[in-house]
Amino acid sequence: MLKIKSISKHFGGVKALNGLDLEVEEGVIYGVIGPNGSGKSTLINVICGIFPPNKGDVIFQGQSLSGKPTHQRSKTGIARTFQNIRLFPSLTVWQNLWVARNSVEDINTESRFYRWFGKSNIVKKEIKEMLEFSNLENRADELASSLAFGEQRRLELARAVATKPRILLLDEPAAGMNKDEIRDLDSRIRNLQLQGITIILIEHVMELVMGVTDRIAVLNFGSKIAEGNPQEIQKNEAVQEAYLGYSEDD
Amino acid sequence: MDFYLNLINTIGIHTMLGLSAYLLLQTGQLSLAQAGFFAVGAYTAAILTVIFQWNIIPAVLAAMLLAGFLAFLVGFPALRVKGLMLVVATIAFSEFVRMFFYNLKWRVTRDGEEIGPDGTMGFAEIRYFSDNGWSNLDVTLFLWTFVIIIMVVVWWSDNTRAGAVLRAVGEDELAASSVGINLTIIKVSAMTVGGFIAGLSGGLYAHQVTSLDHHSFTVLLGTFAIAYPILGGLSNVFGTLVAVIFIQGLLVEGLRFIGDWRMILFGLLIVLAMNFKPLGLFDKQTVSMVKRAMRLKT
Repeated sequence: MLKIKSISKHFGGVKALNGLDLEVEEGVIYGVIGPNGSGKSTLINVICGIFPPNKGDVIFQGQSLSGKPTHQRSKTGIARTFQNIRLFPSLTVWQNLWVARNSVEDINTESRFYRWFGKSNIVKKEIKEMLEFSNLENRADELASSLAFGEQRRLELARAVATKPRILLLDEPAAGMNKDEIRDLDSRIRNLQLQGITIILIEHVMELVMGVTDRIAVLNFGSKIAEGNPQEIQKNEAVQEAYLGYSEDD
Repeated sequence: MDFYLNLINTIGIHTMLGLSAYLLLQTGQLSLAQAGFFAVGAYTAAILTVIFQWNIIPAVLAAMLLAGFLAFLVGFPALRVKGLMLVVATIAFSEFVRMFFYNLKWRVTRDGEEIGPDGTMGFAEIRYFSDNGWSNLDVTLFLWTFVIIIMVVVWWSDNTRAGAVLRAVGEDELAASSVGINLTIIKVSAMTVGGFIAGLSGGLYAHQVTSLDHHSFTVLLGTFAIAYPILGGLSNVFGTLVAVIFIQGLLVEGLRFIGDWRMILFGLLIVLAMNFKPLGLFDKQTVSMVKRAMRLKT
């Protein structure tokens, strides 16, 4: 579904991505791990069109994304969350979701004018369901800035899902979470997979990555050093030394 | 009586001017071009009624469309500059407009007298209201009908998805584009609608003051235009109205006797406001506090 073809991206002298090749199949939960500075966040930014790559291409559902601006990529079905939460702080929880609910499919069910200036029952029902999924129904009219950290993370995830994506890129969603929150996030991600969304999970929190992903790619210095299912990755010696911090001999 | 009607008219015109900047500020564009669109609206409407003998309503509407179209054209290059550079670019635009009208000479002889904009002498004799027997009260009601309409429309749009999208763009462009919002369309639309509103208020202004002088359309007017919504708060249309009443009613008129010290006081008040109420007089916190207080009372 998503193909990263020999992507290179450098910022001045720093090579953030160096000839990276990845292929993510539809319906999987695909993990991307690697030490800090290995290019994980740059990868998301390149996929979403925030930086154009210096070399290589991103192919989504058979079509190259080259030249497409960020908002258009969102409309083709790519959604993302941010490492440091980027909600709209002066908007309410409800409005944060409402703004994002902008997908192309709606053109058939509602007129364009209505999408901007109306508030149909379909909209109300869908947003209510998203709030319930995120356990945020009681907070619907609160400003996003007044939410607790865990609630903000759930809202950030819900807002990305509100764009009705085919593929969802999660940028370190478990950062700062305690064990209960991580378990909750794990079940949410599985739930989204059941809804038919392909997921790329960029993460440092190993228990989440190893527990929820179907396949993992390991990055180091901007290129892929290993790929496989969680068991294979845990046993891979190169990965162990570069990242997980132990080797079989220890 | 006339003095108070004049003040009410000024408050109305400035409220509309403030609302034209309100939408732009919500999208994060700090633009001093509103004075330019205001001027375009004023001169266009006046030329249409004075030289072409149009009726006031089509003249004002045509002025509104022209100003809006100009704003649409300005909107695109405005996307390429941010922050302080946008302020500078829009000041340059407004000054360009002012200088254009300062030099505009279009004299026409009718009934034995010369009328029309007279270059450096200004544009006097905009006598549509008096020629057609409008009383001062008629003028005030006419003007304020438009003010109320604009206030209602902007208030309504604030509560639609479009209003939320405008504010989302102003808060975080990266997040907004990541959820599929086309920043170009939103920002240019805000500039265009702002141009419509400023042009409309300019057209009404020209006929209310009956004579136009380029001194009225300086950077100071553009600064007032953005000061009202900033002071009044960007979450509520009434904030802008209150800010206009405060500045025009209290500061400009009420403290006239202080003379030049007024400017010092003005600056001091802005500093105090920025310190204690950086989000404006009517920020979301104040609004919810007032709502809670009202609920407790009943």
